[in-house]
Amino acid sequence: MASTNAPTTTEYIQHHLQNLVVGFHPEHGFGIAHGAQEAAEMGFWALHLDSLFWSIALGSLFIWIFKSAAEKATSGVPGGVQNFVEMIVEFVDSNVRETFHGKSEVVAPLALTIFIWVFLMNLMDLIPVDFIPRAAEAIGIPYMKVVPTTDVNITLGLSLSVFALMIYYSFKMKGASGFFKELAFQPFNSPNFIVQLLFVPVNLLLEGVSLLAKPISLALRLFGNLYAGELIFILIALLPFYAQWLLSVPWAIFHILVITLQAFIFMMLTIVYMSMAHESH
Amino acid sequence: MNLNLTLLGQAISFAIFVIFCMKYVWPPIMGALRERQAKIAESLAAAEQGEQRREEAEAEIATMLQDAKAQAAEIVAAAQKRANELVEESKSTARSEGERLKAAAHSEIEQEVISAREALRKQVGSIAIDGARKILGTEINADSHARVIDDLVGQI
Repeated sequence: MASTNAPTTTEYIQHHLQNLVVGFHPEHGFGIAHGAQEAAEMGFWALHLDSLFWSIALGSLFIWIFKSAAEKATSGVPGGVQNFVEMIVEFVDSNVRETFHGKSEVVAPLALTIFIWVFLMNLMDLIPVDFIPRAAEAIGIPYMKVVPTTDVNITLGLSLSVFALMIYYSFKMKGASGFFKELAFQPFNSPNFIVQLLFVPVNLLLEGVSLLAKPISLALRLFGNLYAGELIFILIALLPFYAQWLLSVPWAIFHILVITLQAFIFMMLTIVYMSMAHESH
Repeated sequence: MNLNLTLLGQAISFAIFVIFCMKYVWPPIMGALRERQAKIAESLAAAEQGEQRREEAEAEIATMLQDAKAQAAEIVAAAQKRANELVEESKSTARSEGERLKAAAHSEIEQEVISAREALRKQVGSIAIDGARKILGTEINADSHARVIDDLVGQI
C-alpha cells in the first residue's frame, strides 16, 4: 500500500514545493520550467513568477492600506482602519526608538515595511495549501507556491537589501577607515603594535564572518521557519480529508504565533543591524 | 531552492516599497499622531485648569456662604433686640397712658363729687328753708334771709 502510494505522495509534495519558474532553458528555449530539473538547468537567469507576484501583490496591499490610512490621518478621532494602522505604526516606532538611537528618516519606514510585508507574506501560509494551486491549475498555471517567504530568493532579497543598507550606513557614518577599524581592531586588541598587527588578520576573519553571517542568518531564519511550516501543512494535507482538521487546526493556531514572531524578529534584527551600522563602538 | 533573478526582483520591489513608505506613508501618519498627542496634552492641561478654577470657585462660594450666614445671624440678633426695645417702649407708654387716664378719671370723679356736694347743699338749703317756713308758719323772705341760709348751707 505504502509502495503504491509513495510516488504520488512524493509527486504531490514536490509539486507543492516547486515554484513557477520562467527563464531560458538551454534546450527548450525561453519558457516555463516543467519540474525541478528544468528549473535547475535554467540557472541564475530565471524568475520565480509566483513568488514575485505574491510578494509584490502583498507589498502593494500593504502600501495601499497604509497609504489610504495616511491620507485620512488627522489629529481627530481615528476610525477603525486608521486606528489599526496607527497602532502598528506606533508599535514599530516605539521599537525603533528603543533600539535605534541615531537620527534617520529611513530606519522607521524600513522597519514598518519589513514588519507588515513579511507578516502578510507569512500569512499566506494559513491559506489551505491546495486552494490557490488548484485554482491556478484550473486556469492553466502548472505550479503555484503562494507563500513568498518559503522561497529563499525572497528572504535573501530582503536580507541582502538590509545588508547593503548596513554597509552603506557604516561607510557613511564611520567613514571607510572607521569601518575598517571596527573590523580589524575587534574583538582582540593590544597596546603593543606588533601584537596588534598579528591580531588584525584574526580580527578581520572573525568580524568578516560575523558580518556576512548577518544577512545569511536573517534570510535563512525566516525561510527555514516558513518552509518547515509549509511542509508540515502539506504533510497534513496528505491525511484523509475528515482527519486533517485534527492536526491542521492546532498547527495553524500555533503558526499564527510563528508568522507574527518571524516578522517581528526580522524587523527587530533589521533595526539592530541599522543601529550597529550607525553607532561606532 | 535555486538562487536566481527572483532575488534581484525582490530587492528592487523592496527598495520601491520602502521608498514609497518613507515618502507617503510614514510622515503623514506620524504627523497626525504627533498632532493628536499635542492636542490631547492640551486638552488635559485645559481640563486640569478647569478643575483648578472650579476648586477656587468652590472655596470662594464657601467663604461667601459663611459671610452670608454671619450677616444673617447679625441681622436676626439686631431685629430681636429692636423688638425687645419696642416691647419695652410700648409697655412704658401703656403704663404712663394708663396712669394718665387714671389721673384724669380721678380728677373727674372729684369734680363730680364736688358738684354733687354743691347741688346737695343747695337742695338741703331749700329743704331747710321749706322746713323752717312750715315750722314758723310764716313767709320767710328768701332774699332777706339769704345770708342766714347761706350760712346754714355752708355749715352742712
